[in-house]
Amino acid sequence: MKRYTRDARAALSAAGFSRRDFLKTSGVLIVGFSAGRLTPLAQGPRTADGQLDSWIAIAADGSVTVFTGKCELGQGMQTSQTQLIAEELSVPVSRIRIVQCDTSLTPDQGTTSGSQSHPTNFNERNLAQAGATAREALVELAAARLGVAATGLAVADGVVSVKHDAAKKIAYGELVGGRKFNLPLSPQARRKPPSEWKVLGTSVPRVDMAAMVTGELEYVHNVRVPGMLHGAVVRPPEVGATLVNVDEQSVRALPGVVNVVVRKNFVGVVAEKPWQAMQAAARLKATWTPGSGLPSQAGFYDYLKTQPARDTLVVNSGDVDQKLKEAQTTIRATYFHPYQMHGSMGSSCAVADVTDGRATIWSSSQAVFGVKSAAATMLGLKPDDVHVIFTRGSGCYGINGADTVSYDAALMSQAVGRPVRVQLSRKDEMAWENYGFAYVIDERVGLDASGGIVAWDHESWSPSLGGRPGYNQPGNIVTGMLAGFPPAPFAARTPAPPPSGTFNNGSNAAPSYVTGRVGSAAGGTGTVASERVLTHTIRSPFFTGPLRSPSRLQNTFAHESFMDEIAARVKADPVAYRLRHLRDPRLKEVVSAAAKAANWQARPSPRSNASRSGVASGRGIACCLYEGDNGYCALVAEVEVDRATGAILVKRFVSAQDCGPISTPDGMKNQIEGGALQGMSRALGEEVSWDEKKVTSIDWRTYHSLTLGIEVPTIESVLINRPSGEAMGAGETTITLAAAAIGNAVFDATGARLRQVPFTPERVKAMLELRIAD
Amino acid sequence: MAITLNVNGRAHTVDVDPATPLLYVLSDDLALRGPKFGCGLGQCGACTVIARGRAIRSCVTPVSTVEGAEITTLEGLGTSANPHPIQKAFIDEQAAQCGFCLNGVILTAKALLDQNPKATGPEIRQAMSGVLCRCFVHTRMVRAIERYRDRGTR
Repeated sequence: MKRYTRDARAALSAAGFSRRDFLKTSGVLIVGFSAGRLTPLAQGPRTADGQLDSWIAIAADGSVTVFTGKCELGQGMQTSQTQLIAEELSVPVSRIRIVQCDTSLTPDQGTTSGSQSHPTNFNERNLAQAGATAREALVELAAARLGVAATGLAVADGVVSVKHDAAKKIAYGELVGGRKFNLPLSPQARRKPPSEWKVLGTSVPRVDMAAMVTGELEYVHNVRVPGMLHGAVVRPPEVGATLVNVDEQSVRALPGVVNVVVRKNFVGVVAEKPWQAMQAAARLKATWTPGSGLPSQAGFYDYLKTQPARDTLVVNSGDVDQKLKEAQTTIRATYFHPYQMHGSMGSSCAVADVTDGRATIWSSSQAVFGVKSAAATMLGLKPDDVHVIFTRGSGCYGINGADTVSYDAALMSQAVGRPVRVQLSRKDEMAWENYGFAYVIDERVGLDASGGIVAWDHESWSPSLGGRPGYNQPGNIVTGMLAGFPPAPFAARTPAPPPSGTFNNGSNAAPSYVTGRVGSAAGGTGTVASERVLTHTIRSPFFTGPLRSPSRLQNTFAHESFMDEIAARVKADPVAYRLRHLRDPRLKEVVSAAAKAANWQARPSPRSNASRSGVASGRGIACCLYEGDNGYCALVAEVEVDRATGAILVKRFVSAQDCGPISTPDGMKNQIEGGALQGMSRALGEEVSWDEKKVTSIDWRTYHSLTLGIEVPTIESVLINRPSGEAMGAGETTITLAAAAIGNAVFDATGARLRQVPFTPERVKAMLELRIAD
Repeated sequence: MAITLNVNGRAHTVDVDPATPLLYVLSDDLALRGPKFGCGLGQCGACTVIARGRAIRSCVTPVSTVEGAEITTLEGLGTSANPHPIQKAFIDEQAAQCGFCLNGVILTAKALLDQNPKATGPEIRQAMSGVLCRCFVHTRMVRAIERYRDRGTR
């Protein structure tokens, strides 16, 4: 029975891991055949992740298998990790296969998220260190075999040869093929410096591109297991409703129906075919209690400010109130950001086989080890008896339905004792996913006589419920909650304790313009020393979780829009005014580089000749250091605003980005471009909606994503390469800046300030009318 | 009920409820990977196939209505080793991230350009106006479609 993805099986086979005998004697002893299926030989822990054999195996034919805990989500990690090993081992890209995120085969590197994959695997540790350790070990082995000092050897295309006698050589396959290295990762192993790079730093085409465009790629949606049935879920009709009873007879006679599965408030129907399962789920008679009721969407932002909250001070210099009192001028503004959704293109899907006290789950989760232990908890199994295999999914942008549907499939498979595949309906995906956070943000500054900022006060309110399940909190997502597991508890806390430790701007709660002083060190990127950043977390009526640039995007929308308002108030050029309050040279450089590439004309906003009718054009800028330490970026937007309709047309984006050494320039550009446009879609149209009982944005008519029919802006990307620096994330930078850059450009064009996302035509018109009334 | 479908030049006879949407038959009975379930509502394009020369949404097309029609899916165009020129254009432009939408993007564009080989920018936008890409690879995809359209002239 199939127990590995096709890619994994091909890679294992290429690495020589196809026969138990072979494995017992020579291979990396982590997999083998047992009762006709590949399973871990030992049920204990995998080879310790500090061991080279946990990361890299070389077959007798010289092909290389890489085991990584960071997976391909569409962001290009499969290709860039292939490049990394090609570079460090001097092996062609075509000879490397990657096994990604399989709980029996790969290291547990946590969640593939947070723009952390590059920093995790490309700096001097983990996969990069494994590559360097392997190369040095192979050269040492060759030195012994060839009788030449290691310094006299050169490596190319998987062959070690004597520098001055190229006829004397030996291939990797001969040196170690099919055998373990039995070495720990060496902290001293020398990474190839960027000056020697031949593969890293080049735009290697995506290794999966041809398979994607031809329909050959196996997504989790395509996994088929012998004997497999199909499940469909029946979610509650209202938020907070609980199950009273289910009339199984209502679907028993329908074609193909195998079973109705109930576990507390979890309900699913299993049938022979997917269409039958979906039909039966739609017709199942279930009785539910009334829901718990939802706060009015119209008054939601006011509601947030009145609820019990968990308060946190990110930074507090203690003198903000005094400085504001003394200031020549104070300015304040409030910004609003809605819940938004991941809204994956394909609704989430998983296959589970829970039989004989063991479970195998094919999942597109970003966290297979989390699914392993959380599913074990739900199924009443030992984690060691649960095997989770990452299989490609639809782009997720954070915690979409991939984890929850993995639970759905596992619960239904356990109940019927056969493998079950579940793909959620569009509505079940959209009505119950973990939304990106809504926010209300108050910003306030004091200015001195010269128009400089002397104090910055930031206060935010944001609802939260559940999130990533981690290893032991299945109730953080809908299926776990329905099956009887509570979400992480909410604990109100007021007042907030004083900031401690070091400055942590992981959520970009602090603006780029403050010093970020906690204790004796100032970790921020700006010059404003009087600073207070206070956040209030409220219990959310809906599940929430990381959505591409979680909180960072919402906070940055407020900071960067407000910075623009301040600059306009003192009649300063938005670029010059930013530079005046920044002290981090790399952040200043991306701001200057983006402005230069955009041919930015220095002048205050709004443009003085802004007409009051017809189409107005303008430009805006925004910048950030993502997560306070994970990617510098500035983004210029150029827009046209149709005053009659309120429609915004973004004509051009220009970005400048510094994320340390660049592994794959074209891959980075792809992320920058997609991020800018996804940010544009979120800024212009995306908003979760609900009535008094349930979510009402449940499909692509009610949740507004920009289609491929839009007039697409041109996007220019300035890539600043820092070969000697640390790798930083590049996937969430432009999306963080898009709303503010667009809103600032609209202000430049029209003088109307947009403080509420999304910038729908109605809202734009309302602000334009307000402006005319001024 | 037995229904015979002509998919990618081969005849297949399947025994299904005639109301079953074509997508389910392609994905589950014929095990094709190209057409994908995105929304099941005909709103996103992921399930697109070309039938009788037009791009249709297989998730809302009862299988009985396309019996006997020439149906082309993404895998019917070309292979990794020998991609169709429109697939080659997407490879050349590196026009994908997760790739889940590619089926709808490529087949919708191909059906348009089969009918109207010199389609203008606005005509392409019109044809693509019901197709989603949630990774927002729009700039590259539009370039790939135009590259394919212009392939004879460069």
